[in-house]
Amino acid sequence: MIEKAHILNEDDIDRVIRRISHEILERNKGPESLVFIGIQKRGVPLADRIAKNIEKFEGTEIKAGKLDITFYRDDIGQNIKPNARITDISFDIEGKNVILVDDVLYTGRTVRAALDAIIDFGRPKSIQLVVLIDRGHRELPIRADYVGKNLPTSLNESVEVKLKETDGLDSVMVVEKG
Amino acid sequence: MLSKKSILDADSLSLEDIKLILSNADSFLEISRRDVKKVPTLRGKTVINMFFEPSTRTRTSFEIAAKRLSADIINFSPLTSSLKKGESIIDTLKTILSMKVDLIVIRHSDSGTVKMVDRFVDIPVINAGDGKYQHPTQALLDLYTIKKRFGKFEGLKVDIVGDFLDSRVARSDMNLFEKMGMDVTIVSPTMFLPEDFSGMKVKHCIDDVIEDADIVYMLRMQFERQDRKFYPSVMEYNRFLTMNMDRLGKMKPGSIVMHPGPVNRGIEITDEVMDTSGELAEKIVIEEQVTFGVAVRMAILYLILG
Repeated sequence: MIEKAHILNEDDIDRVIRRISHEILERNKGPESLVFIGIQKRGVPLADRIAKNIEKFEGTEIKAGKLDITFYRDDIGQNIKPNARITDISFDIEGKNVILVDDVLYTGRTVRAALDAIIDFGRPKSIQLVVLIDRGHRELPIRADYVGKNLPTSLNESVEVKLKETDGLDSVMVVEKG
Repeated sequence: MLSKKSILDADSLSLEDIKLILSNADSFLEISRRDVKKVPTLRGKTVINMFFEPSTRTRTSFEIAAKRLSADIINFSPLTSSLKKGESIIDTLKTILSMKVDLIVIRHSDSGTVKMVDRFVDIPVINAGDGKYQHPTQALLDLYTIKKRFGKFEGLKVDIVGDFLDSRVARSDMNLFEKMGMDVTIVSPTMFLPEDFSGMKVKHCIDDVIEDADIVYMLRMQFERQDRKFYPSVMEYNRFLTMNMDRLGKMKPGSIVMHPGPVNRGIEITDEVMDTSGELAEKIVIEEQVTFGVAVRMAILYLILG
């Protein structure tokens, strides 16, 4: 792994999250119908941060859950078996605007799996997608509604997102696959 | 990934296998609590339940586990099959394999039959109990129940009470409990012990252990397997081995009573204990064991077939 470029630092990530929080509120005309679901594992702290921001801006409680998509993957049986993480959606999503959050949008397969999983929990009014980084190379017709940063990459690069809650620091880097 | 394709006995499960199964079970427990209790993970896989011996919870548990993972499961019942017409087990297996099944769950009254089946087929085999030999998935769900209650294994005092000799559950449990660093004592009259029980901690009366125990594991009286001799009387069993209200009351805070089911009421556990709804009811985790059994079996099917 060779580090190629430092894309976002702690302050940058903080600003991006705040901007996206405002965009979500603006597009949904307030916080009333919103619930957040973070995709394991780094979508979870991102969803929490946006929800916390909105609580601060609006002075109202916002629900945030976590989703593990392992059981909905389309490559089960082809790859090494991923260890399943916890799903915790302890609120009703029926009729809500679900804000789905992940760190990096790449092929779109994770989001496809997440959409299937969410539908098993009920019928939301809408599902909107937040990603910190959109690195391109989609294999499915999926796009994000809120993007932290568009980051054109080549296939032999990978995007490494680190967050305080999971990795001890906030940063986004592009690294060359070794 | 598990270290072997099949789960035949507790002995051959590595520490890593056990940890992997237990850590995955949490995720599967959550699925059973949903409104829509189904994920598409094993879509297109076929599992066959071959139970040559009666079973309620194990068979149903595997069936529900497979269905919640979207696998197709077929219940093969020997009483209505061509085995009745004299077809041998091997020929029956050949027939089933020709239909492209992905996994066999099997229970048989003869110890060792499951191993024989595993040698004969290429697909994974899960032992759902064979004779007096092993019942590994029961032991795994017992471990998971203990993990959920205590959050650890190391140093827990567990007493396995009753007919040790005839119990496949006891054999599998003892292996896994010791593997996880628990302190195991067998509470059993000599007639329910193997001829050589050196190396095992043994007591003969439940009163000797009840106050110190973290876990009291009541074994079912194996009436169907006691071909040699029977315990003298229910009264004597009650005196030395039965869990009653008095004994339950002596157990320390946080301790639990387990039983693999089905319970012979009035023998291993009294009616009063089974039906208690007071403060002590929290100690009886028999229904939790059944709930957790589905999650653990889902984890096993996922790790083998996924």
